[in-house]
Amino acid sequence: MAEETLLKHADTHEHEGHEPFMPADEFESNSPMKVSYGKMMMWYFLLSDAFTFSAFLITYGALRVSNKWWPDPNHVFNAMPFMGHKQIPLGFVSIMTFILILSSVFVVLAVIEGHRMNKKGVLLWMLGGIAGGAAFLGCQAWEWSHLISEGLRPFFNPFVPDAQGMTHLAKSIVDPETGRRVLEMTGNMVTDAHGHKFQLGEGFGKFGGVGAFGALFFGITGFHGFHVFTGVLLNVWGFFATLSGKFEKVGHYEMIEKLGLYWHFVDLVWVFVFLAFYLL
Amino acid sequence: MAEVISKEHLAHDVHHAPHEEHHHVETFINKYIFTTDHKMIARQFLFTGIFWAIIGGLFSVLFRVQLGWPDATFPVLEKLFGNWFNDGKLDPNAYYMLVTMHGTIMVFFVLTAGLSGTFANFLIPLQIGARDMASGFINMLSYWFFFLSSLVMFASLFVPTGAASGGWTIYPPLSALPQATPGSGTGMTLWLISMALFIGSTLMGGLNYITTVLNLRTRGMDLFKMPLTVWALFFTAIIGLLSFPVLLSGAVLLIFDRSLGTSFFLSDIYIGGKALGYSGGSPILFQHLFWFLGHPEVYIVILPAMGMVSEILATHSRKPIFGYKAMIFSILGITILGFIVWAHHMFMSGLNPFAGSVFTLFTLLIAVPSAVKVFNWLTTLWRGNIHLNSASLFAIGFVSVFISGGVTGIWLGNATIDIQLHDTYFVVAHFHIVMGIAAFFGMFAGVYHWFPKMFGRFMNETMGYIHFFVTFLGSYVIFWPMHYLGMSGVPRRYYSFKEFAAFSQYDDLNKVISAAAIVVFITQLVFVANFIYSIYKGRKMTSDNLNPWNSNTLEWTTPVEPGHGNWPGALPTVYRWPYDYSKNTTGPDFTPQTVPLTEQEIKELESHA
Ligand code: HEM
Ligand SMILES: [Cu+2]
Repeated sequence: MAEETLLKHADTHEHEGHEPFMPADEFESNSPMKVSYGKMMMWYFLLSDAFTFSAFLITYGALRVSNKWWPDPNHVFNAMPFMGHKQIPLGFVSIMTFILILSSVFVVLAVIEGHRMNKKGVLLWMLGGIAGGAAFLGCQAWEWSHLISEGLRPFFNPFVPDAQGMTHLAKSIVDPETGRRVLEMTGNMVTDAHGHKFQLGEGFGKFGGVGAFGALFFGITGFHGFHVFTGVLLNVWGFFATLSGKFEKVGHYEMIEKLGLYWHFVDLVWVFVFLAFYLL
Repeated sequence: MAEVISKEHLAHDVHHAPHEEHHHVETFINKYIFTTDHKMIARQFLFTGIFWAIIGGLFSVLFRVQLGWPDATFPVLEKLFGNWFNDGKLDPNAYYMLVTMHGTIMVFFVLTAGLSGTFANFLIPLQIGARDMASGFINMLSYWFFFLSSLVMFASLFVPTGAASGGWTIYPPLSALPQATPGSGTGMTLWLISMALFIGSTLMGGLNYITTVLNLRTRGMDLFKMPLTVWALFFTAIIGLLSFPVLLSGAVLLIFDRSLGTSFFLSDIYIGGKALGYSGGSPILFQHLFWFLGHPEVYIVILPAMGMVSEILATHSRKPIFGYKAMIFSILGITILGFIVWAHHMFMSGLNPFAGSVFTLFTLLIAVPSAVKVFNWLTTLWRGNIHLNSASLFAIGFVSVFISGGVTGIWLGNATIDIQLHDTYFVVAHFHIVMGIAAFFGMFAGVYHWFPKMFGRFMNETMGYIHFFVTFLGSYVIFWPMHYLGMSGVPRRYYSFKEFAAFSQYDDLNKVISAAAIVVFITQLVFVANFIYSIYKGRKMTSDNLNPWNSNTLEWTTPVEPGHGNWPGALPTVYRWPYDYSKNTTGPDFTPQTVPLTEQEIKELESHA
């Protein structure tokens, strides 16, 4: 008797895979919010993920206000690919942001086509979303490698103040004795990227500017980038699942909606990251 | 959408449901190991939890031996535990490791995973009338993440330099600088990996618990007809979902500090006169991130126990729970307030005094919903027809220890008093009584009460009585005197007090505490023996008495050992709240949730409306 299993046939076409026990088996959903359980789970996951990001951003805020000096974002983020040494403060990151928002729009369109059960439309716009995400990641890779080439590391920050508190990018070298990255210094004079010498602001030494700056930058944009990366993978999966007719068979494109929720979330988080690192 | 199904379909379904059953191919692997059946997953959590409880308890015995008899040597222990003991004496580094692992194991692995993992899985679907969790697959993953996390933590015990030893709160710099102490190296790395997996597990579990409660309730099971267990487990899941991610962030940043040399939690630090090159970070920040989880965590631990105790007290005193809605709203109050009191753990960490007064205010406020619950339990018991058995004894014991431990919380919550008491044995006494013992009592009550439903047999009552009385008295003997130690300033987390002449007056007291700890530990083994024995040899539950406690809730309407899907036929329909005890003037003194309202009751309801 005990061994009896009461698994029921997944006999209606609404069922997906291995989830045999939907309330729809037997009666109307009792959900006070009239949302399917899959979407509800996604919402709660995002809520919880929002707390993870909030903790990171609060960490950012706390460290930033508790330090007497912080590098000026207009100075740190002013490079643009293919433009040589021309300085365009926040130019590149604006393009990145635009790309990400655009890709979110594409995914919205994919969801709309899903409601219309238009497989071709879903495929087209999903492709757009994927391309946008991939482009964003490419931009991020460029920005990271550029900053790394300038000497920024999670544990070392070459952006230092001069005696007036203005931000300069200082030359750094790897100390042959300790193997650690340090500023190239003579007395308290350092050299900037153009070879000009300037006097280091008070409280700073050969270990460079506020160490937490690089840590926060790589840590938080990296964590966000990881989310984008996961999102692109998920969307690629969604694309191929659509292509194979999986959702057409199931009768709805709810999975695309769930992917869309995740994707908009990643986009929204970026707005806050952008605000914290680049605008403030 | 998919959920909307016509009434015709419904009727059809009810009539034909039994014919639609079919036998699924069952193998050992998919029944006992990679199972998606919530009842089996619950048992997996329970067994793993019991395993960890034994380890965690054993560790406390080991360090209590050191505290009770700091001068004696125990060659046996050296034989058993190798280099944790040198010349028969506990090594100081091993002492810190044992204390740290004891805390970690008990708080996270036993009282979080073992307690809510077990009972949320077991009770939510059975008590709301669902066939399983919303996603059986994610539920299964939740257990296996916990299992992996357990493996990693267990492995860390065998690392030559020892497991993590900076305290269960893993404050930097001890946790951030691998070179700080032996345990700060590999042991700490494994601790962080294990906790990251653990957080994954609670997250997946929590997602399921929340969606299941909201989406899969059976016909008639309105939110305000749910048993208090389900309410408590529901809010527990919400707290976990919102607080564990913050610990995850802290852990990730800590991992960066350790492995990439970043400076999130480290500022200018000198070791041996040499500067380390960290700058701009803040160790206090970590404390904020930790306690933003840490305080809600104590409610994650206690709420499921509270829910079960409410249910068990009502059932075994044959009375409706007093203040059902008040209970729910006090859980809600605790949930909300629990998120804004964390800094009461940091009064002595350099907190701004103004912030201190704000946190004192909120902390004292949270005592209000806690007190509401206590009064409701007492009123439920008051003049009840109390059936004493292992389950109800532990539930009553819970109320006792929760009061004793909660009162000292109000002392500690006052920043000015806490200046004296922080980091003394007073705090140890407070949280062990209010959290440690109380949550364990809730868990024991739950195991004794639902054992027949879990395993189809009863536990032995005599052994249960011995277990209860020795544990109850023993726990007070262990922890009550610690208040006095703490008030005279004995600090916690010290390896030995031999250097402090003033504390020598407590040498004998420490021996008493240690002796009681050993007795209580052995008594827990009686429980474990009873548990295992009863699974195989206990008195059987028979199909003519499916409801041994004459309880109103839905789980007792299932067969002796429900299969995957819980109810063989259609799902039960619910008509009333679960606490109609001693309402009838004739006949049985309980009215299960599945009994339709009488005309009389309907009239009463209408006259209220
Ligand atoms: C009546 C409400 C309560 C109040 C006002 C309260 C207050 C406090 C305060 C102020 C502290 C910090 C003491 C210090 O470190 O100096 C503390 C510690 C603690 N409390 Fe409570 N508490 C209450 C209830 C609880 C409950 C219900 C639990 C668990 C179920 C709990 C678990 C803990 C734990 C685990 C610690 C110590 C953590 C550590 O430092 O290792 N408390 N409590
Ligand atoms: Cu607290």
